[in-house]
Amino acid sequence: MSSENAYYIPHDAKWPIVGSIGLTLLLGGFANQLNGSTSASNVMIVGFLILVYMMFGWFGEVIDESESGTYKKVEGVSFRMGMVWFIFSEVMFFAAFFGALFYIRIFSLPWLGGEGSGASTNEFLWGGYENVWPSNGPGEVGGEYEKMGAWGLPAINTLLLLTSGVTCTWAHWGLVANKRKQLIWGLVATVVLGFVFVGLQALEYSHGYNELNLTLGSGVYGSTFYMLTGFHGFHVTVGAIMLTVMLFRSIKGHFTPENHFAFEAAAWYWHFVDVVWLGLFIFVYWL
Amino acid sequence: MTTVTDTHEDHHDHGPAKGLMRWVTTTNHKDIGTLYLIFSLIMFMVGGAMAMIIRLELFQPGLQFVDPGFFNQMTTVHALVMIFGAVMPAFVGLANWMLPIMVGGPDMALPRMNNWSFWILPFAFAMLLGTFFMDGGAPAGGWTMYPPLVLQGGNGFPFMIFAIHMMGISSVMGAINVIVTILNMRAPGMTLMKMPLFVWTWFITAYLLIAVMPVLAGAVTMLLTDRFFDTTFFNAAGGGDPVLFQHIFWFFGHPEVYILILPAFGIVSQIIPTFARKPLFGYSSMVYATSSIAFLSFIVWAHHMFTVGMPLQGELFFMYATMLIAVPTGVKVFNWISTMWKGSMTFETPMLFSIGFVIMFTIGGFSGLMLAIAPADFQYHDTYFVVAHFHYVLVTGAIYAIMASVYYWIPKWTGHMYNEKMGQWHFWISTVSVNVLFFPQHFLGLAGMPRRIPDYSVQFAEFNMWSSIGSFVFGLSQVFFCYIVYKTIKGGEKATDQVWEGAEGLEWTLPSPPPYHSFTQAPEIK
Ligand code: HEM
Ligand SMILES: [Cu+2]
Repeated sequence: MSSENAYYIPHDAKWPIVGSIGLTLLLGGFANQLNGSTSASNVMIVGFLILVYMMFGWFGEVIDESESGTYKKVEGVSFRMGMVWFIFSEVMFFAAFFGALFYIRIFSLPWLGGEGSGASTNEFLWGGYENVWPSNGPGEVGGEYEKMGAWGLPAINTLLLLTSGVTCTWAHWGLVANKRKQLIWGLVATVVLGFVFVGLQALEYSHGYNELNLTLGSGVYGSTFYMLTGFHGFHVTVGAIMLTVMLFRSIKGHFTPENHFAFEAAAWYWHFVDVVWLGLFIFVYWL
Repeated sequence: MTTVTDTHEDHHDHGPAKGLMRWVTTTNHKDIGTLYLIFSLIMFMVGGAMAMIIRLELFQPGLQFVDPGFFNQMTTVHALVMIFGAVMPAFVGLANWMLPIMVGGPDMALPRMNNWSFWILPFAFAMLLGTFFMDGGAPAGGWTMYPPLVLQGGNGFPFMIFAIHMMGISSVMGAINVIVTILNMRAPGMTLMKMPLFVWTWFITAYLLIAVMPVLAGAVTMLLTDRFFDTTFFNAAGGGDPVLFQHIFWFFGHPEVYILILPAFGIVSQIIPTFARKPLFGYSSMVYATSSIAFLSFIVWAHHMFTVGMPLQGELFFMYATMLIAVPTGVKVFNWISTMWKGSMTFETPMLFSIGFVIMFTIGGFSGLMLAIAPADFQYHDTYFVVAHFHYVLVTGAIYAIMASVYYWIPKWTGHMYNEKMGQWHFWISTVSVNVLFFPQHFLGLAGMPRRIPDYSVQFAEFNMWSSIGSFVFGLSQVFFCYIVYKTIKGGEKATDQVWEGAEGLEWTLPSPPPYHSFTQAPEIK
């Protein structure tokens, strides 16, 4: 029995428990903060730092194992399948918010406006409310606001993200063809585009809050707008950080044309974020 | 899959580490399976204690022991603990223990992540149960967390939300591990259609988990922002709708009930052939039935919302779609019975629990069909009839299957036979008492007794008293179960490798207990 082609089973996983402690402090601290405690933000920060430490440790261990040739094809298949299913779970997370958006636009606003069985609700509770989109509801929650236009920053952002998808694939081709320069420059371009996207989105948010009076509290329009774009922006940030790690690893000489699971995972994640953005652009900004 | 397995080069003893850290840092599927199972048993007892308080208060009309607020905390947390803390972890524990062995693999595919999926749970439940000691107490708006009621909770509210997020993370990681193990760790020759049914049903369960746990996460996130960040998803003044929450919740919730039952189907499909000494009748139809149930479970969710004021087309669609589920479910029940038909049956404890499952789960399925009739549900909804329905499918369904699986596999896990006489007693006391406990609730519901209420009109007194008596006996018999398990772990007659005369499958080719690393050499599949 040789250990050459054995499935690799690690021992002594010490990072998971660290992660659990970090996660608990982060979320427990956050909950306390929401309940009005003033010192809880420190707990949150400690929890967050522990989580970051856990990720450095955990991924570091896996990277060492990968670079020392511990993994063979079969472990690579496990990792890839794991990543695909993880992305599927993320798709379903976004589906919940898209579902909310569609339900509000297709059902709840028209009903409030008196359609279907909503006639008496409209008459007696929300007299005179007319269904339009965007809307902050019959109670005009959050006061006057303006819609976020689609063809300014958001259109530019669409272009940026689509381009970054191309550069990412270009980097991948470079990796497979063993052209390190192409790999590295492709990644640099992708990461830069990604972070510029996040920066522009921050600009857009500040525009929304300061000039349009469009906030999370601007009825369902504000709620769906900021929740959907906010979670997306968070995912872009995570994806860009992942790609940055890939960039540093590429510079250090990691990855071979055969063995580069981490790169693929980050690239898939990036494309996923890209596709979600297209949905956002169409349904949140445009239509 | 390659054929041989080994671990670290510098780690040749192959045994477990010593002391507490063995359990904290383990990556071994059997250790993690054991942790899950013990955790689940503890949560079963915690949730059970809450049920006892509920039944104590309902023993007589009037308020005797607890105040109504605390009563509502009990019903809410009882449900959350039983669903997310007892039944789901028990199934994941069984998956951990059995799946790698049943497919002839060395371990779960992603062992470190496996450790994390377990070790999030104790923290999540500490957070959930910690809410009892906070201002305003534990969440009390029901496990379904409907707004606006749930938003009026005390300081426990955000902790409940985050606890659910953590349970979700744990479940999704566990499910990914199951799927990858099944797809990538099978021994050569173990084709998909040769996999034992427990593997198949878990495969589909894992798919459901990955599809709907994130949706629940999204739903509770919107609750959180509605309460703390001014969003109005569920507030009509801002253009939202409280009913929207119900849609999102039940889009998770109905597949969730199949998450709670599909692995049970798998277990029973393993056990009945063993004790009928016949191969499972209609293996492939079982696989297809399971898949169609999974598919249908995504398009029936609004049968929980018939009375909420949906358009007529909605009522009709969800009524017919729901009734359609009875077809594949019927196929399954037919197959179990046909497997027993003309078999040479013996009735050891696992078989008793499995037969109990088939009969009583079917009773739950029938009451489900009654509830599925939209116009009739206007009468039954939010009454004890619903409570009776889901306890038949969950207690005498899911929990009975888990009991069956423990008796079935514990000789394999520990190397000791459990005490058969005690097992039989456990079965009969449980089965009599569980029916005394839940059957009268059908009548209470039909007569109009609402659920989640600490007091009731005197006309319901008698059935409630019976129900409470049944519950105390049922509760005690589960304490007895803990004792049986404890005794079996400590000692008992040595189990053979095969354990059961009619047992077939890879797990029975290994010694009892199996070595720390299961199939270091991929087994041959015939
Ligand atoms: C033949 C299959 C089934 C049918 C037709 C069915 C139908 C229904 C319907 C219509 C309701 C809503 C009743 C109401 O609130 O008015 C319901 C509730 C419920 N069912 Fe089923 N069901 C079936 C199987 C199951 C299974 C297998 C499980 C779990 C293992 C389950 C668990 C539940 C639970 C937990 C509830 C109550 C949820 C709550 O309101 O708290 N059901 N069922
Ligand atoms: Cu349902």
